[in-house]
Amino acid sequence: MTKDECKKVVTDIIADIAPDEDLSTLKPDVRLRDQLQLDSMDFLDIVMELRKRHGIEVPEADYAQLASLDSCAEYLTPKFNALSAKS
Amino acid sequence: MKPARIVITGVGLTAPNGNSLGEFRQNLLNGVAGVERMEIRYMGQQLAGVCHYDPLRHQTKKEVRVGTRAGSISIYCAREAVKDSGLDWAKQAKDRVGIYIGCTEHGNVETENEIYNISKFNYDTKFWSHYHNPRTVANNPAGEASLNLGVTGPAYTIGAACAAGNLGLIHATQMLRLGEVDLAICGGVSESIHTFGIFAGFKSQNALASHEDPKKASRPFDKARNGIVVSEGGCLYTLERLEDAQARGAKIYAEIAGYHVNSDASDYVLPNPIRQAECVRSSLQRAGLKASDIHIVNTHATATPLGDIQECEAIRAVFGEGCPETHINNTKSYIGHCMGAAGALELAGNLPSFDDLTVHPTINVDDLDPACALPGLVLNQPRKVEKVDTILNNSFGMLGINSTLIVKRFVR
Repeated sequence: MTKDECKKVVTDIIADIAPDEDLSTLKPDVRLRDQLQLDSMDFLDIVMELRKRHGIEVPEADYAQLASLDSCAEYLTPKFNALSAKS
Repeated sequence: MKPARIVITGVGLTAPNGNSLGEFRQNLLNGVAGVERMEIRYMGQQLAGVCHYDPLRHQTKKEVRVGTRAGSISIYCAREAVKDSGLDWAKQAKDRVGIYIGCTEHGNVETENEIYNISKFNYDTKFWSHYHNPRTVANNPAGEASLNLGVTGPAYTIGAACAAGNLGLIHATQMLRLGEVDLAICGGVSESIHTFGIFAGFKSQNALASHEDPKKASRPFDKARNGIVVSEGGCLYTLERLEDAQARGAKIYAEIAGYHVNSDASDYVLPNPIRQAECVRSSLQRAGLKASDIHIVNTHATATPLGDIQECEAIRAVFGEGCPETHINNTKSYIGHCMGAAGALELAGNLPSFDDLTVHPTINVDDLDPACALPGLVLNQPRKVEKVDTILNNSFGMLGINSTLIVKRFVR
């Protein structure tokens, strides 16, 4: 998986958990919470959906890695690739 | 000191056959029922009263996603009631508003959904939703409404089985009289059709209605009645002290005349006509009225073979043969049993009688059960009457909770 593909995965999840938001202008290098109405429960949704849809676990200590789309891609892409290498 | 006079100044509702008081009333006069087939998890197609309001009228998509159906219904009804009341909501002191919502039960829907959800993940509870607790706390429907409306006064639910809709109004009346709040948003809601448990429970009790024509399935007082149609719905009112309502020139639907709540203390599910009759008599006494002063009695009857007879026995004991101006009807014959919303919705459906002097009938009575043949029963066709100055609304629930609420035409 490329980092752009990883961003698409995260954006698809955000589209479901924040259905009122316009994601077309989302800036990858800006914190998600500075651009969208997301609260701590929404972040737990992102974590839950990564677990449910993709089998990806994000430990609580790493939640800060999900701050922006860029940081999500940095953190999650190796996890996705490690997972696909296993399977 | 005489207690403050409390009046109804706004109504917001969603019923299986209407999403506003006007639409609901028109369908009650036209004999239009609102029962349909619905797929219920594990049980296949069942008969249910389904509401078709637009949640996005008053909620964002995210609010709908995060919240519960009971919360959504509460928000819809509360917003519609406030709009109908003509209150200037922006200027309303939100800390002086109370939200009091009757519920039969709450939390079953979300718990069933989560168990079903984790069943797809080998029952691993790490897939259990972090929304489960805020969705299932008993105050959820009122809490969601407080969030949506920005109400910072007391907002909570009242658990009272199927008597809960009346209890919402009664509790609001008490809180207004105590001076706890200046405006109450109150009534009842139900999301029950979204849990298979209530259908399965009634089925196991042999109390779930069946009929080849869904619209004929709910048939209180008919010989062929065979149980309850489970429905969702909601009805919330704005209640105010009379002086406050008059000071702002509010439209007044009715005045709270009297009420009573008691308990059977005799059985988990079987009604007790002696206690029901006591409840009705006590509400009359509080209202300073005689049985013959009541013009409409809206029954609770749910179309169970025994329950209808028990209530008729209670009504016969109070009203007997000597009340020629008392007309008796039932609303569940159109919409099934809206559980926590039932009392509030059924009262609303009768309020327009103060203006149109028409009593909506009980439909689906093709063969009246002689045990339910009360004098004054309005069957199948609306009845034009001379006078409607008072409406008495019965709502009873499991564990033997009884409630009677009387409203009267507002006279200065």
